[in-house]
Amino acid sequence: MSAPSGPSGGRLSRGTTILLLSPVLALLGFSLFWPVANLVGRSFFDEGFTLEHYRFVYEQPLYWRVFGRTFWISVWCCVLALLIGYPVAYAMARTTGWRGVVVAACVLVPLWISILVRSYAWIFLLQRNGVVNDVLRDLGIIERPLRLLYTEGAVLLAMTHVLLPFMILPIYATLRGIPRDLEKAARNLGAGPFRAFWTVTLPLSLPGVSAGVLFVFILAIGFYITPALVGGPRTLMIGTLIAQQVTELLNWRVAGAVSMILLAITLVITIVFQRALSIEKISGNA
Amino acid sequence: MHSAGVNGAARGLVLTRVKRVAGVALIVVILTFLVAPIFIVVPVSFGSERFLQFPPKDLTWRWYAEFFRDPEWRAATIFSLQVATLTALSATVVGTLAAVALVRGVHRARRALTALMLSPIIVPNIVLGVALYLSFAQVGISGSLTGFVLAHTALSVPFVILTVSAALHRVDPSLELAAINLGANRFDAFRLITLPLIAPAVLVGALFAFLISFDEAVISFFLSGVGTKTLPRKLFENTDFDISPLIPAVATILMSVSLVLMGAIQWINRMRSRSGASEGA
Amino acid sequence: MAVRDVSLQVRAGEFLSLLGPSGSGKTTLLMMIAGFEFPDGGRIDVGGRDITRLEPNLRDIGMVFQRYALFPHMTVSENVGFPLRMRRLPRAEIKRQVSEALAMVRLSGFENRRPDQLSGGQQQRVALARATVFHPPLILMDEPLGALDKKLRDQMQIEIKSLQRKLGATVIYVTHDQQEALAMSDRVAVMNHGVIEQLSTPRDLYNEPESIFVADFVGDTNLVPGKVVALENEIATLDAGSGLTVRGRVSHASAATLSVGQAATLSVRPEHVRLLDRGAVPDGALSMKREQEIYTGENVAIVGALANGAGFRVHQAVAAGTVTHGEEWLDVVWAPGDARVFAGGGTP
Repeated sequence: MSAPSGPSGGRLSRGTTILLLSPVLALLGFSLFWPVANLVGRSFFDEGFTLEHYRFVYEQPLYWRVFGRTFWISVWCCVLALLIGYPVAYAMARTTGWRGVVVAACVLVPLWISILVRSYAWIFLLQRNGVVNDVLRDLGIIERPLRLLYTEGAVLLAMTHVLLPFMILPIYATLRGIPRDLEKAARNLGAGPFRAFWTVTLPLSLPGVSAGVLFVFILAIGFYITPALVGGPRTLMIGTLIAQQVTELLNWRVAGAVSMILLAITLVITIVFQRALSIEKISGNA
Repeated sequence: MHSAGVNGAARGLVLTRVKRVAGVALIVVILTFLVAPIFIVVPVSFGSERFLQFPPKDLTWRWYAEFFRDPEWRAATIFSLQVATLTALSATVVGTLAAVALVRGVHRARRALTALMLSPIIVPNIVLGVALYLSFAQVGISGSLTGFVLAHTALSVPFVILTVSAALHRVDPSLELAAINLGANRFDAFRLITLPLIAPAVLVGALFAFLISFDEAVISFFLSGVGTKTLPRKLFENTDFDISPLIPAVATILMSVSLVLMGAIQWINRMRSRSGASEGA
Repeated sequence: MAVRDVSLQVRAGEFLSLLGPSGSGKTTLLMMIAGFEFPDGGRIDVGGRDITRLEPNLRDIGMVFQRYALFPHMTVSENVGFPLRMRRLPRAEIKRQVSEALAMVRLSGFENRRPDQLSGGQQQRVALARATVFHPPLILMDEPLGALDKKLRDQMQIEIKSLQRKLGATVIYVTHDQQEALAMSDRVAVMNHGVIEQLSTPRDLYNEPESIFVADFVGDTNLVPGKVVALENEIATLDAGSGLTVRGRVSHASAATLSVGQAATLSVRPEHVRLLDRGAVPDGALSMKREQEIYTGENVAIVGALANGAGFRVHQAVAAGTVTHGEEWLDVVWAPGDARVFAGGGTP
């Protein structure tokens, strides 16, 4: 439509566009792409191209256990977060007035607070002389403090807690886009409240559900802070494994290999489910 | 028939009532689960004893005072503030320029470029932390203010871009055209017309970047040197061996900063949507 | 390609409209004059100055945008004073000229209001004041009245014209509303698919359209396609199928090319078609099947079809009294001199 000699309708010229993009591209190149490529490169190149480090990881049962544990916990995280989060998302979407504000605040405020602080809260609750043990002892249910911290259960609980808002928000966004009239129409046509929900609202909220599940899963498999604080060395997950390789064992190449595997899994999931994660689909504008 | 109908209706009403109360109770329980664990930390930080006590018996500001007095905690706080401020500044500038380019520029690969800009969000923090540790050490900026600012800016730039480009989309592009037609050059048109209109979004982006940097724990863990620890890093270290209410106090301070900044962001957004009509006829 | 081959000369002080459907290229042409699009070839001169490659902020052309583009964070006087500020005029002078400009659009006293405190018509006038305060030789307007309701639009049409006359400025006005173009312009350029199909005064445009497109786009018309069977004294007779013959004057544009045996289209405006009393049926009258009657206050439009199925409309002024008595088939006739025949078949 326009001549090569100038932009159309007030758009920036190509040169200006590139100029404006160069700081961010330089920044990301230096602080993201190069370091990651560097790390990943270490895992592939050790005096020539080699898959030795990947074979090493492949052959060690420890790594399989860690990956397995991570996936297991992440999947259960998704399930729990879905079961707990869906009702909250529903309440958030359907409640109005000050009650709605309270619900929204309870979901959003934890999101604003750093993961470190939120994870620390669980240490505080679950330690030997922490709140939970104290309460149980006061109530006479147990005599000696339970070992709650540094278990897989603790990690699952803390991670679910931290990731709940990421499940709730996409579902809420989708539910908000479903007109209330649909459920009313179903009721009018004879469906009971549960049936109306099951056959009308639930299927329409699936885009938000799948987005939530994907968000939580992707975040969970790469988590570091929460498993590190609440899990300890006996419940290694992929994130803490990588850290351990680097800080304790100085094994950069294996760390690189495991990182690459984690990255690959994350990228594959993101790309394959890209459409499910698109904003339009979640807010029902597709 | 009539009385059965009324009784049936009454029973149905009671059942609905019970269901509703149960539903509300469920939500309340879940919400408590969401919020309580975090805020339990707050009262503990005021306990007077040297160990963690819930509920605390005598209340005191002692642990906060100790936090501000301790040279190591102070150094960490100052360092965190420095990093966060510089990050906010650079992320805002870099991100706003990029947002302008993405929204108003010409390019064929827009979707690929946008995905590129948002890539820091996709890469798991642990991978990034380890990678930065490796690479920045090689060029000698690991453990330095520069290294931290570069890393944190890369992390926050996507959020600045998202926020500013959303606002840019809402500004009528013919406003800049009108300004140019009336005699302003490209830069003046941006400065006098577009920039004031997206200023709240730019501010929100800056606050976001500050908060992300201030709270950031994973990359800080790997990049911190002996004298250059951020507050989250020191907190992470000390959770293991410090069992006094000092840690809850630090956690409470971090929480307060988060809440204040996010509160400010919400307030700015509310002001913006109230005068929503003013972003272009 | 939005604009294909356009040559246009606008006289000083003229009000010229670019009229056409969306996608005709009229807005693109305007943008090229304003400097926001660059032509692949050719020249643009304003007042003898070649501005083809000149930056848009240096062209000294006034422009009123479709949605006014008033700066929402500035007051009315800051908006109107903006071009003067860009030209580095002293503050006192800016103030004086802004007052003058506002007075000319009858908005004195509105200096400190913000655009969102103004009605649509007031915003329109501020946009006008801003575009004229620096006395540009040329003013461009991009469908400025589209967002207003009919009454306000009619009023603003008069105001814009009087402003233009007062300033003695040249105006190029883009619109898709042919009634607006006819009402306001000294000349109208009808655009279609990137070319100017016709450039004439409103009267000539209406009475002597040079193509089927123009005949159809400007005002209502009946199009009857057919084949030329006779050609005599500039009157062409067409066989329109189903035993129908129609007659009309050959248009100037087709005079050279039209010959017997060719496909052609006849265009006759509904107000030129007369309904006949029963019994007084002269040669050349046609039968029309009546399907609907539409009352529009001033006229009655009788909508139906000719014997060959072609849609047909007749406009009767209500004041003249109706001739129909509820019959299904009506007799209609027109003077061949009132109809036009164009080469080429089918609807545009």
